[in-house]
Amino acid sequence: MNILRPRVIPSLLLHDEALVKTVRFGKFRYVGDPANTCRIFNELEVDELVLLDILASRERREPNYSLLRDISSECFMPLAYGGGITSVEMAEQVLKIGFEKVIVNTAALQNTDLISDISKKVGSQSLIVAIDVKKSWLGKERCRGLSGRWNSGMEPIEWAQYVQSEGAGEILLTSIEREGTWEGFDQHLVSRVVDAVSIPVIAHGGAGSMDDVSLAIKAAGASAVALGSMVVFQKKDMGVLVNFPETEQLEKALA
Amino acid sequence: MISVLDYGMGNIGSILNMFKWIGVEAKVCNDLSSLESAEKLILPGVGAFDHAMSRIIELGILEALNQKALIEEIPILGICLGMQLITRGSEEGKKKGLSWIPADAKSFPKSSGLKIPHMGWNTVTSPHKNPLSVGFDEQPRFYFVHSYAVFCDDPESSIFKTSYGVDFDSGIQKGNIFGVQFHPEKSHRYGAKLLSNFANL
Repeated sequence: MNILRPRVIPSLLLHDEALVKTVRFGKFRYVGDPANTCRIFNELEVDELVLLDILASRERREPNYSLLRDISSECFMPLAYGGGITSVEMAEQVLKIGFEKVIVNTAALQNTDLISDISKKVGSQSLIVAIDVKKSWLGKERCRGLSGRWNSGMEPIEWAQYVQSEGAGEILLTSIEREGTWEGFDQHLVSRVVDAVSIPVIAHGGAGSMDDVSLAIKAAGASAVALGSMVVFQKKDMGVLVNFPETEQLEKALA
Repeated sequence: MISVLDYGMGNIGSILNMFKWIGVEAKVCNDLSSLESAEKLILPGVGAFDHAMSRIIELGILEALNQKALIEEIPILGICLGMQLITRGSEEGKKKGLSWIPADAKSFPKSSGLKIPHMGWNTVTSPHKNPLSVGFDEQPRFYFVHSYAVFCDDPESSIFKTSYGVDFDSGIQKGNIFGVQFHPEKSHRYGAKLLSNFANL
């Protein structure tokens, strides 16, 4: 018996041709040039990379294939892309460029056949469904699309089970309230989704320390974590610094 | 010059990207004449075993592949599903594999309780010296995604071993024919090293 070391994945947010970092899906702050930043993460030998074009669906844009091509030609780790993918053809195009996984959220909430259509064509190992969760003012958790603006009315646990049954290979689970806050993952949300499905769940939104990473993996049972602010800023409210935890730090946190 | 076989099973972009990065000339091989003139061949693959074998038969390249592997004996490297195709067959499907190396692809034991597919980074060890592991000075790690694992008949054919609930053969070799279960094109400097070792054969 041996368990894989959980993956720790930088998650980078594209806005036009720049990388930004957000807080609770708003307050865009410029971080750097996408291809250049990805190159640095390649040198840091990160496990995997997630790239999300955060306004593509809202602006009804297709993926920026030429930018993705630039990134994949210099990054030699698994790459995942999300943003604006509404069809099997677009998903195939992204994979052909040299990405391993496509990520869908809004389009899957709008067209519930999309997950099985993509999964059947490219295989579930290449399909991540992103679930962005926000509490309503009554405290009810709901899945959101269009960069958090649209309330789909879908309940996260039910939706997670549905996407698994349709052929999603992984779930990228984001807490909108925590995103960019450095306050830690929404442990309660992560553990309930992990318990409800058997596919890997990537915890995302709120990581501020290696302790948070450790908790998401060990206590909540996430298979992987995605880090935003932590890997592009020195510290909370400080300057941009592309960084990644040292192997020893990771081993200590994940052991 | 390395030829990367494009038979419609998974993307070959990443493999070409990696060869370009390490300064090795590589081209897409997508018809019979380019296959017949290949000097070194990569057999990639992502997807279902039977589907891949059917593609090879439909495209009419089975005979040419056998010719390259068994008669001309050019260096061939199967990657991921491409490695499983060079075995006798897989529990995933019913079709016969290329049978270039006596081995079978089998399901991971259900009893382990581990998540399937085996997806993520894992380490490999080399049971004995082999041309692909030249220059690995530390325990290398590679990126894996697969639901079936290969087991060789002959321990001599096993060039890499990996453990995930069970010890399986993550790299196999018989003469000029090689296969790796992991994705060297997505495995940072370890993959770069392995592919340049293949290019130097």
